[in-house]
Amino acid sequence: MPETKTVRISDDALARALGADEIADAFAKKGHEVQRVSSWGMQWLEPLVEIDGKGFGPATVEDVDDILDGNSEIAIGAIAEHPFIARQQRLTFARAGKTRPLSLEDYEATGGWSGLKRARRIGAEQILAEVTQSGLRGRGGAGFPAGIKWQTAAKAPGARKYIVCNADEGDSGTFADRMLMEGDPFALIEGMAIAGEAVGADKGYIYIRSEYPDAIAKMERAIELSAGIVAPFELEVRVGAGAYVCGEETSLLDSLEGKRGEVRAKPPLPAIQGLFGRPTIINNVLTLAAVPHILAEGGAGRYEKLGLARSKGTMPIQLAGNIKYGGLFETAFGVTLGELVNAIGGGTESGRPVKAVQVGGPLGAYIHPDDFGIKFDYEEYTAAEALIGHGGITVFDDTADMGAMARFAMEFCAAESCGKCTPCRIGSVRGVEIIDRIRAGGRAPDHVERMDVMHNAPRHGRSQEQEIGLLTDLCETMKFGSLCALGGFTPFPVMSALKHWPEDFTGKAAAEAEAAE
Amino acid sequence: MSTKEHKIGEIVAEHHRREGPLLPILHDVQAEFGCVDAESEALIAKGLNLSRAEVHGVVSFYHDFRHERDLRPVVQVCRAEACKARGVEQIIDQATAAAGDRVKVQTVYCLGLCSSGPSARVGDRLYARLDGPALAKIVENA
Repeated sequence: MPETKTVRISDDALARALGADEIADAFAKKGHEVQRVSSWGMQWLEPLVEIDGKGFGPATVEDVDDILDGNSEIAIGAIAEHPFIARQQRLTFARAGKTRPLSLEDYEATGGWSGLKRARRIGAEQILAEVTQSGLRGRGGAGFPAGIKWQTAAKAPGARKYIVCNADEGDSGTFADRMLMEGDPFALIEGMAIAGEAVGADKGYIYIRSEYPDAIAKMERAIELSAGIVAPFELEVRVGAGAYVCGEETSLLDSLEGKRGEVRAKPPLPAIQGLFGRPTIINNVLTLAAVPHILAEGGAGRYEKLGLARSKGTMPIQLAGNIKYGGLFETAFGVTLGELVNAIGGGTESGRPVKAVQVGGPLGAYIHPDDFGIKFDYEEYTAAEALIGHGGITVFDDTADMGAMARFAMEFCAAESCGKCTPCRIGSVRGVEIIDRIRAGGRAPDHVERMDVMHNAPRHGRSQEQEIGLLTDLCETMKFGSLCALGGFTPFPVMSALKHWPEDFTGKAAAEAEAAE
Repeated sequence: MSTKEHKIGEIVAEHHRREGPLLPILHDVQAEFGCVDAESEALIAKGLNLSRAEVHGVVSFYHDFRHERDLRPVVQVCRAEACKARGVEQIIDQATAAAGDRVKVQTVYCLGLCSSGPSARVGDRLYARLDGPALAKIVENA
C-alpha cells in the first residue's frame, strides 16, 4: 500500500478553467488527500499541483501517475523558492497558495481577524489615524487616499452609513480582485468590518460582476461562515449585470439602488451622500483587503515604509496578455515597467518582440518599449499621460495592429457608455468613424457637400492629416468634457497608439494604394 | 392568476424588503423565464410600485438582461484587449462557423483569465488557453 500524500491544488477560477477539478478527482481516486487551496498566482503553471511544498505544472490528468512516482517532467521544485514568488513582497496576497479559501481555521492560523480585534480595541479615531498614516490609496484606479475618504464618511452626519466594496473588476488584464475573493475572502470581509468600525456603519455590500461566478459563490459562503465573527456588521453580495461602467463608483451606487447604472455628478461625494443618499465608503477589493495588515500591531508604519514618494505600500500587479510568465506579482511601488515585462514576465509568450504594453486596463495608455524605464507610481504615470489603474499590464507582440486597438478603445467606450454625458456617448461613436476614415486615407466630399447650394462647404473632402487633427480635437473634448473616467480616459489608449505607432493608422491605406498601382 | 404572475409575485415578495431590490429580482426573473419580457416588467413594476418605464429603463440598460427568450445555448467568448493580444480575433471565425444557427456566440468583455486567454464561458463553466479547434469543440458541445 503506497503512502497517502496530501495534494494541494488551487480551486481558483483559472485553475478550474484549465482542468484542476479533473486532476483533483484523479488524485482523490488514487486514495490521496486533496486540499483545494488558493492560487499562488503563477498562472502559466496552472493547474499547479503541490505535494510537500514541491510544485508540478502545468499539470494534466495524464501527469498524475508521473507526479506520484516522482519522475514527472513538469516538476518546478520548491514553490516558495521559485524566483517569481521569492522576489515578491506579498501583503495583500500573503496567504495566496497557502490556505484553503473557506477555512476559518486556516484564516485564523495565519493571523486572520487580529486586525479586526485590534481595531475594536483601539476605536474609530485611532483606526482612521492609522489608515491615514499608512498612506493607503484607492487601488481601483483613481488612487485617492483611503484615510481621507474614511475620515470624510466618519464626520458626515447620519444615523445609517454603508461600506460598499467595488468588486466590478471589468478592466481587461486585471484579475487581482477575482483572485482575492476566490482565494482569501475573509480578508476582504475583515477589511470591510474594520471600515464599518471606523465610520460607524453596520451594513456592507459587495458588488461583484456577473462574469465572476466562482467569486460570487465563494464570497456568499464566506459571508455565511463569518457572520458571527463580524456581527453586528452585516454583509451582502450583490451581482452586477454586465455593465462595465458600473465599476465607476457613483454608477455602481445607482446600480445597487436598483437603477440604471448612470454616473452621478460629483459633488456630492459618496462619502457624504452615497448609497441611498447616506454617507458611504466605497473602496476597491484590494484597498479593503489591505486594511487588516495595516491595522495589525505596527502595520501602518511598516506599510508606509514601502513604496516611493506618495505611492505607499504594495501593489498587486497583474501580468496579462501575450506574456510568457503571466500571473499575479505583488511588490512595493517603484518597480519599472521593463523589469515587469522582461525580467519578471519573460517577454512575450509568442517569442516575438514586445510592441506595446497597455497598463491600467482598457482606459490605460499603450506604452512603447522605449519608455520601459517608467516607475510604477501614481504620479509618474500621470505625468506620462498614462495611468496605473487597477494594476493590470497587457503585453502585445509585434503582430498587434495598434490602429485597430485604438479603434477598439472607442468601440468599447461606445458599447459601455452609460449615455449620460455627450462627449462619451457620441464622441466614442464619432471616434470609431474618424479612425476608420484615417485608416482609409481620408475622405472624399460627400453628396451634400457637392450640392450647388452648399456655397460654403469645402469641396475637397478631408485629408488624412485633417482627420488626425479632428481625432486629436475629439480626444481633447472627451478628456476634459466627460463626466467620468470612461469617456475621460478613452483618449489615453487612442492618442498613445497614434503617437507611438502612427504607421498603424496611416500605413494601411498607403500599402493598399501601393498594391493597387 | 397565471403561473407567471404567481411566480413573479413570489420573487418580488422574496426580495422586496431588501434595499434596492430591483436587480436581484431581475436576475431571478430572467433565471426563471429566460428573459424579462414586457409582461414581466409590468408585473415587477406593480409589485415594487414603480412605473413600467422605470423597470424597462433598467432592463434595457444592462447587457445581461434580455427582452426575448433565446432558446439557443450561449457561449461567451472574451474579446477584450488581453484576449486580443493572445489571438482571439484569429479564432473567432471558427467559433461562429461551428455555431451556425444552433448556438449563440456572444462577445463578453473580460472573464478575468487574462494571462491565459483566449477564454470562454458556458453557464458557470470557464475555459482558458483556447485555440481554434478547442473553441470550436466547446461550441459544438454547448
